[in-house]
Amino acid sequence: MIAHHPATWSPLLGRLGIDAIPHEPIVIGTFFAVALGGAAVLALLTYFKLWGYLWKEWFTSVDHKKIGIMYMVLGLIMFLRGFADAVMMRGQQAMAFNGSQGFLTSEHFDQVFTAHGVIMIFFVAMPFVTGLMNYVVPLQIGARDVSFPFLNNFSFWMTVGGAVLVMASLFLGEFARTGWLAYPPLSGLAYSPDVGVDYYIWSLQVAGVGTTLSGVNLIATILKLRAPGMSMMKMPVFTWTALVTNVLIVAAFPVLTVVLALLGLDRTLHTNFFTNDFGGSAMLYVNLIWIWGHPEVYILVLPIFGVFSEITATFCGKRLFGYSSMVYATVVIGVLSYIVWLHHFFTMGSGASVNSFFGISTMVISIPTGAKMFNWLFTMYKGRIRYELPMMWTVAFMLTFVIGGMTGVMLAVPPADFVLHNSLFLIAHFHNVIIGGVVFGVFAAINYWWPKAFGFRLNQFWGKVQFWCWLVGFWVAFTPVYILGLMGVTRRMRVFDDPSLQIWYVIAAFGALLIAAGIGAMLLQFGISIWKRDEYKVEGDPWEGRTLEWSTSSPPPEYNFAFTPKIHELDAWSDMKAKGVARPTEGFRAILMPKNTWAGIVIAGMATACGFAMIWQIWWLAALSLASIVATAIFHTFNYNRTFHIPAEHVAEVEAARTAQLAALSKGGAA
Amino acid sequence: MSSAELTGQYYDLHEHDHPEGGSTALGFWIYLMSDCLIFAMLFATFGVLGGNYAAGPGPKDLFDLPLVAVNTAMLLFSSITYGFAMIAMQSGKKNLVLLWLAITGLFGAAFLGIELTEFHHLIEEGAGPQRSAFLSAFFTLVGTHGLHVTFGSIWLVTLMVQVGRFGLTTANQRRLACLSLFWHFLDVVWIGVFTFVYLMGVLR
Repeated sequence: MIAHHPATWSPLLGRLGIDAIPHEPIVIGTFFAVALGGAAVLALLTYFKLWGYLWKEWFTSVDHKKIGIMYMVLGLIMFLRGFADAVMMRGQQAMAFNGSQGFLTSEHFDQVFTAHGVIMIFFVAMPFVTGLMNYVVPLQIGARDVSFPFLNNFSFWMTVGGAVLVMASLFLGEFARTGWLAYPPLSGLAYSPDVGVDYYIWSLQVAGVGTTLSGVNLIATILKLRAPGMSMMKMPVFTWTALVTNVLIVAAFPVLTVVLALLGLDRTLHTNFFTNDFGGSAMLYVNLIWIWGHPEVYILVLPIFGVFSEITATFCGKRLFGYSSMVYATVVIGVLSYIVWLHHFFTMGSGASVNSFFGISTMVISIPTGAKMFNWLFTMYKGRIRYELPMMWTVAFMLTFVIGGMTGVMLAVPPADFVLHNSLFLIAHFHNVIIGGVVFGVFAAINYWWPKAFGFRLNQFWGKVQFWCWLVGFWVAFTPVYILGLMGVTRRMRVFDDPSLQIWYVIAAFGALLIAAGIGAMLLQFGISIWKRDEYKVEGDPWEGRTLEWSTSSPPPEYNFAFTPKIHELDAWSDMKAKGVARPTEGFRAILMPKNTWAGIVIAGMATACGFAMIWQIWWLAALSLASIVATAIFHTFNYNRTFHIPAEHVAEVEAARTAQLAALSKGGAA
Repeated sequence: MSSAELTGQYYDLHEHDHPEGGSTALGFWIYLMSDCLIFAMLFATFGVLGGNYAAGPGPKDLFDLPLVAVNTAMLLFSSITYGFAMIAMQSGKKNLVLLWLAITGLFGAAFLGIELTEFHHLIEEGAGPQRSAFLSAFFTLVGTHGLHVTFGSIWLVTLMVQVGRFGLTTANQRRLACLSLFWHFLDVVWIGVFTFVYLMGVLR
């Protein structure tokens, strides 16, 4: 019953034809830039014979540390793409006054704002947060890897697969023009007949499988692999926030999977879930997608609260104030995040009582969040604060996020929301919490854990340039957006009639340029630090850390801990330092570790091909890749031999090298 | 306290290997809960759209309850026989495990066969998933369950080959236990489908 093929459908290529290649000058230019850049990278990799190294040491690796780093790299690359979209929007809106159409056609502009949202949430914020949890959690709980190392590798490559599909839409066909949540009926077949929404659906489905499985993996890891003695209330706060976040992931992403699958069925098999006729209900979609969507924002921000908690305690040289209240606040936020979804559509006819319930439940969330804010403040109170880069980001976060939180409470008041709904005020609000919270937090975390991951610290000067450009740039870019929102300007506008608004858009565009300078400074910071890595070399514990990851060398050995630590107190590493516990230097044993595997990247590659085939309705390829996924997965289960021992002698060698390094350092320190 | 004693208090110096698979049961359970949520959403969708016939046929016109009752029996029996396979596994009787698994697989195949017959029949009558939101929700909920049974059956055959070739090793026992969870889970979901979609549908 799969009827209504467009005229160009062919059995071999489905809907894919020559007309799928874009003809917009901007897109063609981008295509050539990406193609040339990509070819250059591939040529360099081949020239330096790095393929084998990448394949063996990274792509097939099941080491949670390497997978964590790869997630961060993915997030960074996609961040540049998502930011390019932002710059285009700011430029377009600053120009399109007094009869000017700007430089983006409406078709292109709509794709740009959709892609910006989708990429920033799913392929920037999510990989960053997942990468941090992947890298840090096993180290913080004294484990040698996650519970399911193969699954971890597979999850990562599924996320990459989703990102690849989004990027492919730039050069083959088009992306959705629906906004980042693709509300029907606009996203239905009747109003979006081309492949844009299908790209949206399948990139998120492929990536969503990875996200859900990585959630399962980290929950099991945190519950089962903690070092002896680490009871739940002795877990580092970051691990606590990671636990709650992953519970939210497992309890929210299946909802997204279902709602996108139903939309996909509407578009491919012509079912009637969200259509205007035959009994479909678009409101069902809006409810379901926000039942995923609201927990999603806490999925992003909770681990970041954990990051700030670790950083505040470390750089104030004190135990975190109110550890247990911090834990309870995290859990309460996690629970409440499920009963507020309707505040995203107060105006869509729910009635006063329902709106009141969701308005109040939304405001209630600010109580545990406020508790957290005071915990950080009281940790700083009478602390010996060291304003290193991570701490600077933390203070910037506290100032920025509180304001974003307050505008959120304004939006939570249903009568106010009737005025502010769909306006730029909303846009300013969520950028205020996502940039001020998640993005600042990721930068804090990168500056904080980079020395752990690579063994050298980041350049401070360029870090500070980045910091000030971002902080000032953010406020210059988004204060005008708040003001425009209060004036009633709606979101997603391409051209404007009222010339008095232009000045605000010009200021906002200038702010975006400052942020661009901040991104440039960050890339410089990375480059210079890598260049001067010998000069910036650090040992295991450069910040006087408090949690177990700082007890290992920097970077940690592949097995993390030669001997599993036993935990007696919260802030286990502080406790060990205070008691003067000596690091064991003999009696090493062989360590059982998981083997690398090709299966993750291969199966994820097939899943990406399957998604591509579904987008273009190339049925033979879809069937073939699905069959290959099943066959390969079965074949993989016939491999029972998935672990190996790192011999005791090798462990002894690695640890002896560290002993020598530590001795040299303490001599150097004495001199 | 000597330095060595202190070190021993803070590091596990006589550690043994932690064999893999220690988290599998928990991890698989968490995965099942995420799957459960998928079904919960499909049930909710059916709950919202299940009365929207769009002037087309409703449950009373379409559902053949005796046939669905037989189908339900197939799945319930397959759960019991899988249970027998697990009991045989506990006592280490490999061939008995294989026999019960084979019987389970046959019940599963019978279930799928009956379901496909039902679907075919409905589509022939013009009551396909495109006809109304009710039928879209019906086919998707029941079909998703059927798809799970299909993958469960593929998994079951794979495990039969693996048990046959490598015996009831620890790894295989772990896998049998996971499939057992999966299979019983599908049974529970089906009880929901039978009650909520078929029985209550006919009452509607």
